[in-house]
Order: sequence, then structure tokens, then C-alpha cells
Amino acid sequence: MRNFLNVAPTTVLVLVLLALTLVAFGMVRSRAMASVGGDSRKLHSLPNYYGYNAALFTAIPSLFVLVAWLLIQPVVIQNAVIEMIPQSAIAEGSSVSLVMSDVTRVANGLDAAVQAGAIDADRARNLSSNDTDVRALLAESGVALGSDVSPEVLAAAQRYRSMQGTGRLLMIAIVSTIALAGLLFAFRVTTEKFRARNMVERFLLSMLIAAASLAILTTVGIVLSMLFETINFFKLHPWQDFFLGTTWAPNFRGDSELSILPLLWGTLYISLIALLVAVPIGLFAAIYLSEYANGKVRAFAKPLLEILAGIPTIVYGLFALLTVGPFLVNLFGRGENGILGVDWMSGATSVLTAGLVMGIMLIPFVSSLSDDIINAVPQSLRDGSFGLGATHSETIRQVVLPAALPGIVGAVLLAASRAIGETMIVVLGAGAIARISANPLEAMTTITTRIVSQLTGDTDFASPETLVAFALGLTLFVLTLGLNVLALYIVRKYREQYE
Amino acid sequence: MTDLPDHTQPQRSLLQQDARTVKRNRAEKRFKMYGIVAIAIGLLMLAILLVTIVGRGTGAFQQTFLTLDVQLLEAKLDKKGDRNIEDIKKVSTFGYAPLMSAALEAKVATLGIQTELKPKAMADILSKDAAAQLRDFVLANPDLIGTSVEFKFLTNSRVDGYMKGRVSRESIANDKNINAAQLDLVDALHAAGALQTQFNLSFITGADASDARPEAAGMGVAMIGSLFMMLVVLILALPIGVAASIYLEEFAPKNLLTDIIEVNIANLAAVPSIVFGILGLAVFINYMHLPNSAPLVGGLVLTLMTLPTIIISTRASLKSVPPSIRDAALGVGASKMQSVFHHVLPLAAPGILTGTIIGLAQALGETAPLLLIGMVGFIASNPPDSIASGLLAPNSAMPAQIYEWAKRADPAFYERAWGGIIILLVFLVTMNAIAVLLRRRFERRW
Repeated sequence: MRNFLNVAPTTVLVLVLLALTLVAFGMVRSRAMASVGGDSRKLHSLPNYYGYNAALFTAIPSLFVLVAWLLIQPVVIQNAVIEMIPQSAIAEGSSVSLVMSDVTRVANGLDAAVQAGAIDADRARNLSSNDTDVRALLAESGVALGSDVSPEVLAAAQRYRSMQGTGRLLMIAIVSTIALAGLLFAFRVTTEKFRARNMVERFLLSMLIAAASLAILTTVGIVLSMLFETINFFKLHPWQDFFLGTTWAPNFRGDSELSILPLLWGTLYISLIALLVAVPIGLFAAIYLSEYANGKVRAFAKPLLEILAGIPTIVYGLFALLTVGPFLVNLFGRGENGILGVDWMSGATSVLTAGLVMGIMLIPFVSSLSDDIINAVPQSLRDGSFGLGATHSETIRQVVLPAALPGIVGAVLLAASRAIGETMIVVLGAGAIARISANPLEAMTTITTRIVSQLTGDTDFASPETLVAFALGLTLFVLTLGLNVLALYIVRKYREQYE
Repeated sequence: MTDLPDHTQPQRSLLQQDARTVKRNRAEKRFKMYGIVAIAIGLLMLAILLVTIVGRGTGAFQQTFLTLDVQLLEAKLDKKGDRNIEDIKKVSTFGYAPLMSAALEAKVATLGIQTELKPKAMADILSKDAAAQLRDFVLANPDLIGTSVEFKFLTNSRVDGYMKGRVSRESIANDKNINAAQLDLVDALHAAGALQTQFNLSFITGADASDARPEAAGMGVAMIGSLFMMLVVLILALPIGVAASIYLEEFAPKNLLTDIIEVNIANLAAVPSIVFGILGLAVFINYMHLPNSAPLVGGLVLTLMTLPTIIISTRASLKSVPPSIRDAALGVGASKMQSVFHHVLPLAAPGILTGTIIGLAQALGETAPLLLIGMVGFIASNPPDSIASGLLAPNSAMPAQIYEWAKRADPAFYERAWGGIIILLVFLVTMNAIAVLLRRRFERRW
């Protein structure tokens, strides 16, 4: 609810801007028409372009400033307020960011209290912790605080509120000025000679470029967001332990051992089993579908196999946890009561469980990529082989597959990158125990599961136990990116060969 | 010198294969068989998966209800007797429990069932949510206070499991929630027709419930959360994706920047989804201070994730529009921009739409990034009351809700998780079917 209050004036501003844009369109279009006495043939561009031009000049710069303002204002305010908090106000075991979250909570609470009518705006501004119990006051209006409000926090919260209020007013003023200036500019330049279409098209083109650059921005965002937190992590935790240690034992009281090696082992082991399942099945399925199957079988089996790729991973996760896991326990565990009469497996979560299910998920991935690649092998190679008297299978093994090999390797690498980055199947099926062991019937854990467990629930961004997730994420990103680039390189190089 | 071989007489019949040919033919057959087996395994796995989902999930759409005649005593529910809704609201669910317990006792007496259970123990076969159910009913119909109404109460999840065969008399030996005498009562009530298992609409429309009340949990609110996320994805990803594709396909000069963008998009499509979750947590929640667990944040993260998919499919459909269309438009004096927006884009629209729907379906089933932005671990109890709260108030999403149930380690919740998967798959199948239909109906071969 409190966030709704923060957004409301912005929403109104956006609506006003939209209305202004419509007005600009109508006004400038009619001005253009008036300038030639209603004879649109005398205009340089079609009349609508004059309107579009005005609408763009009104809406785009102002909206751009608005978005930038909304992004920057919180940071500026936060930095200003943090300076107000003296070192002494930060309790033992606490941190600036925790105090800061207290400050925002109190400030938002005061906003909510004013909104609810519990106190009037004047009193909220001049509240001091000496004469009122702020915590009780806020509790009345539905804002629960973890502890009593210290005078420093209250003062900071007041500053926060006043800066936010001023910032909002300033934003409204500046954004509407820019919109009006844009409108005025478009109005002024509109004459019969004005090249409105060229202007609009240049504008549109720059917007198209901006949209295309978002891809770069996303990548930069991914890398930067993880890089900064990873650097913070390595300031708190030695990198030697992260890369070279052998134990993963996070301990939220501090003194954790956070090494990636056991996680990496679990990840690679599960991926290996998944590939051992997916690659033979997928490859043989692709060979059969592209070399042997007639049209009917192909039209029937190919889409059905591809359904496996469209099923959400959470479904596979549940399948691993509740169906495959218990089945494997029946097979390999439970001693005398089990199917094999052995007692090698105790829990449903294991490397084998997750690996098998992930393998099923990857079958269509391998098969449809390999199918494309096998189909791209020129028919003349096959014909040559048949002409020499080779059987169909000999042709496939000795001519088609060697020719398609680089592409198939690329497909397998892409599948491997999928397997390494897969989350839900391993979260539900692989278990949570970090260990380096060769027994596939034991539970192990992976990089992705640890990211999930370190970042869900209450997180404190000042502790290495939380920040390690970013280092893990960056490692995962680099790992999968490397595999993808390698795979794409191999596939691309191979394609050029035959085209 | 050796003699030339005698070619007048064939050494053997052509119809008889020599040992090597037999071997080669056998290898050929074996090889073909491997392919058939591989496809069979793949299809078998699909079949097992679907049978498991349907077999385990359909139970969630059925629920066991107990029909009782409840006396809505005025003395308990509305002491002042003026039907003031504020006064009635003051009676908590604890005020309703005795009414239900009395109704059950009366039912047992009328039906002539012999039981040694105390009324309190008898009432334990009802759901912990039953009193809240009755209270909501009374608050909606205050005029009925003072009368006797026939009401269908949810039963405890153990009773429900017993009726569905999930819980047996052996399996409850160590169960504190139910005992054999209560099951005897359940059998008797079932025989008398008071206890029935029937279709349960509230699983589809209702909200999640706490750990102790699996029988009351539903998917409805999570569905609304997913809906809002998909709206955000559609509103952002479609225009941005189309704009980016138009630039790359129609305008971009071949230079380093364009190359970088293209490689970037290809790589983003293969970045693990959880990395997008980390990005969302770091940028949208930590930096921009957007609220945790909000469908808006989920939608933003899924937008970034879906963009590459949409861009790739949009570029393919733009590419499939023949250059003659562009040339013709340019020939009659259209600008480059006009030829693209007036002619190429409308012709590519069906393909773009198909790609967008498939991208949305992918986003709908995605779970991992939602875990990191906090869309699990709480109970989304109320449907949002406005668009703003739908976007900003904490909510769950369908796959996150399924994960949440799967984590609770209770067979009754597992059943609901499978049921949730059926609902999720119905949505995905519908979306993909629409995409296929669109493609069949509008796709043009040039």
C-alpha cells in the first residue's frame, strides 16, 4: 500500500503528459493546415506528420527525464540521508544499510499515517521522539517496526521525507516544463516549409536504435550488478577459499567456508548424467527422424518430442521429487523391501534423480538441433556413399555423422550450458548437501540451488553468506556464456562450409 | 600362373547372401532399431510424465465436503439483535466453532450413528478453515441469522485423503491429526450420504492457505499474479522487441555496433533464467527499491528474459517478407520508414504475434527468477482490488505457487501441486494452440 502512495503523483503526471501530447497533436496539425489555408498539397509533409512531430517533442523528452528522475532520485536521497546518520547511531552487529532500511520504513510509515489521517501533515513534519512514541503511533496506522525509533533515525526519516517531497515537486515542475517547451518548439517550427516527416522519421529511428541497444544494456546490467556485489564479496571473504577451498558451509553467524568447488562438482556431475541420457537418445532420434522416418512418422513424432521442451521446468522438478526419486529409492534403496534388495540410496533427492530428469528435458533440445544439422549435410555426400555400395547405416556413420560432427558438438555444448544453468529440477531433485563424491545415489548440490537458497528469505547484503550468491551467479554466467560462444562459433564455422 | 576362375558357373545364387552381407544387413537393422528405440523412449517419457500429472493432479479438483444443518444462533452471532454488520464482524471464527460442533453432533444423532468420540473430536474431521467458511457466509448473508441453514463444510485433508484413497488406516498409525475412530465416523457419514466428494471450484478460484489447511488452498490468486506479470511482459516486450527487430533487420548498417548487438541477443537467449533473477534482485529491488514480491518486478524480469525470443522470431518473420514489397513501396514514393511501417510490418504481423505468444508461454512457466525476487514463501491470501495493487502488492505466480506447495512436504499439498500443474499446462496448451492456429490461418508463402 505504501508504495502505491509513492507512485500515485507519478501516475497523475504521466496521465497529464499523455493528455498534453494529444493536445499537441491536434494543435500543431491544425496550425500546419492553417498555414497553407487548408490546402494540404502545399505542405512539405502529410498533415499528420506535423501532429506526430509535436506529439513526439512533447512526450518523449519529458518521459525520458521522468524515468531518469525516478531512477536517480532514490540514490541521491539515500546518499544525502546516510551522511546524516552518525557512526554512533549504528548499533553493534548492525550496518548502515540496516539503519537505512529503518529510516525508509519510518518515513513511509509517517506517510501512511498522514494518509490514514492518524496525524496531520504538520505534526508528522515536526515529530520528535522525546514527546511521542513513534513506534506506537505507526503501529496504529498499520506499520509495524522491529524496534523503537532512535532520535537519529527519526531525524533522518524527517529529512528523507522532506527531500522526497521537494524532489517530487521539483520533478513535476521540471518534467511539465520540458513537455511544454517541446510543445512550444514544435508549434514554433511548424510552417509550410518545415520537413516534418524527416524529423519524425529521424526521431523514430533513434527510438528503434534505443530499443535495439536494450540488449546491450541488459548484458551490461547483468554483468555490473553481479560484478559490484562480487567485488564486495571478495572484500569480505578471501578469494582463495572461494576458488580453491573444498568445503561449503555457510554459517550466518559468520566464519563461513564458502567454496565453489563442491557446488561445481555437483553441477558438472548432474549435467554429465543428463548429457549421458540426452545425447544418445536425442542423437539417435534425430538420425532416425531425418534419415529413415517417412513423412507421417516425422510429422507425428517430432512435435510430440518437442512438447518435452515446452514443459515448464517446475513440472520436471516435481516429477523428479515425487515420481523419479521415490522410484529410484525403491530400486536402489530400502534393503530387503526394495526391488533389487540393496540399500544404497536413502533419500529421494540424488544426483541420479536430477540427472535423469534433466536428461529427459534435454532430449528434444539435442534432437531438434542435431536434426537441423543432419538435414544440412548435402544430399550429394549421401548419394556418393550409396553409389559406392554402402548401406544406409554405413553412410550415416561414416559420411553423414563425420560431416555433421562439429554441429553436433555445438548442439551438445548448448545442451550442456542448459544443464549447468538449470535451476528448478536441481532445487527440487538434487538435494542440499554440498559434497564431492563419486556416488550418483547421494544427494549433492549445485551452483544454481545455492544461489536460490542464499538469496531467498531474509537477506542481508552486507554479509558474505548473501553476497556469495552474486559470485556464484557471475561464475555461472561466465561458464554458460563461454559454452554458448564456443558452441555458436563451432556451429557457425561449420555452416559456412556447405553454403 | 593360376587358372582363371570359371565364370560360366555362378559360385552361388544371387538370392543367397554371403556372410558379410548378412552381417552388414544385420548391422543396418540394428542401427535403425536404435533410432526407433530412442524415439520410443522419448515418447514413453512424455507419456509417463503426462499420465503422472493427470493421475496425481485430478484429485485436487475434487474435495470432500460434509453437509450439516447449522443453527445460526442469534445469541451467539448477533447479541444485540439489530443485524449491525460491524457487530457481527466482531464474532471471530472461535465463535462459530461451537455451532458447527453442535450441528455435527445433531447430524450424528439423527443418523443414528454410534460413536464413542467426544463432540470436539468429532469436529476435528472438519477443516480448520470450515469456521472461517461459515463466518464468511454469515457476513455475506446476515439475514439468515436465527435460522437453520444447510451448509457444505470442507473436511480435514486427512479425511479427504481417506476418501480419495491417499490415506489408509495403516498410514495413519502415527498421525496426530486423525485416528481410527474418526475414520469409522467418516465411513458411517459417507454411507449415510452426508459426506461426499465432489468438484471443488475453490481450488481454481481460491487463495493459498496456511500449512495446516491444504484442503482450503487454491490457485486463483496466483493466477491473477501471473496474469498481471504477463500483462507487463506483453506491454513492454512486444513493442521493444518489435522495434529492436525492425532496426536490426531493416535499418541497421553492417558495422561493429550492429554485430555486437546481434551477438548479444544470441547470447542473452541462452543465459540461464536464474541470472535474470539476480539482475532483477540487484537492479529492480535493491537499487530501484521496487517492492519485493510484486508482479511488476516479476514482469520486468520476465520481459528482459523474453525479449531475445521475441526479437529472434520477429526478425525471422520480417525476413520472410519478400523484398519486392519494399521495392514496390519505395517505387511509388514511400519513404523507407513508411515502407516498413505501412507494408512490411502488417505482413509480418501474424508471425510476430505467433512468436510473442510462444515467448509469453515460456515466461508463464518460468519459476527460477521469481524465487529470487521473493514471489514464494508467503501466503497470497487476497486477490488484488485494483490495477495498482495488482501490480505492486505482493503476490505469487502459478509456477511459484506450485513450487511453494511442493516445498511443504505434505501429500495433500503435493496433490495440489500436481493439480496446479494441470491448470498451468492448460494455459500453456491453449496459448500454443492459438499460436499454431494463427500460423496456419495467416501464414503466407511468397
